Amino acid sequence: MNISIKRKDQGDHRFLVAVSGEIDVFTAPELQKGLLPLTEIRGGTLILDLNETRYMDSTALGVIVAALKSASRHQCSFSVTGMTPRIQRLFEITGLMELLKRVQTSRGVAND
Amino acid sequence: MTEANDVIRLLIPAKPEFVSVARLACSGAASRMGYTFDAIEDIKVAVSEACTNAVSHGYGKKGTGNIQIDLECGSSGMAITILHNGESFDAGHVLKNLKPIDASAELDKVSEGGLGLFLINALMDQVTISTECGVAVRMIKFLNGDGVGRIANKVSTTE
Repeated sequence: MNISIKRKDQGDHRFLVAVSGEIDVFTAPELQKGLLPLTEIRGGTLILDLNETRYMDSTALGVIVAALKSASRHQCSFSVTGMTPRIQRLFEITGLMELLKRVQTSRGVAND
Repeated sequence: MTEANDVIRLLIPAKPEFVSVARLACSGAASRMGYTFDAIEDIKVAVSEACTNAVSHGYGKKGTGNIQIDLECGSSGMAITILHNGESFDAGHVLKNLKPIDASAELDKVSEGGLGLFLINALMDQVTISTECGVAVRMIKFLNGDGVGRIANKVSTTE
């Protein structure tokens, strides 16, 4: 079971990271490696696209929380897009959805 | 789950790369039993979380071991027991502190882990954790279950 992580440089310190496949305890470290360095770009924008992510569990949620924290420390804007209803449900049950919304609101960043 | 059940038993190495094997086996059995798409996805996450805990905490100090996965398929639903003989933990203490992310907390105080058992509890209908020898997490998903919503106090422990 593998994941594929595609990184798109949209210029002006703005990156889109699209993950396809299944994120679990085996593949989450790969996501962490692909995502965290991009949260350290001061004043940058990072969007995680989960449209092609077929499965995730708490290991993926942990990476997203880590990314959110790191982005906040580096004044980088981090958001998540393309959630399937299934993944959205996991975000809602765990409270991660509320946390993402709060962080984005407090930063005044439009979630585009 | 008292009627005669069909049993599937799986033994996997307690290594990250095999957690997906347990997940797919349980998903196959659940699909065969006629669970809804959402219920199958719930089962996949719950099984993965229990196996992930076994991989991450069970054998950390003892080298490698195995995880045993027992699926009992009955007419009312499926009971899944995830068992390992590695490190145990204070289940009572952990279960008392199961909670979602506190969205109002300072970001630096938000933990990146600890959601595994919380999710198992939220997604399954009945959960029992036994820590007498290693850890056994037994969880039941009823065929007519209505899924998430009854998060409070479904988990219990046995000594």
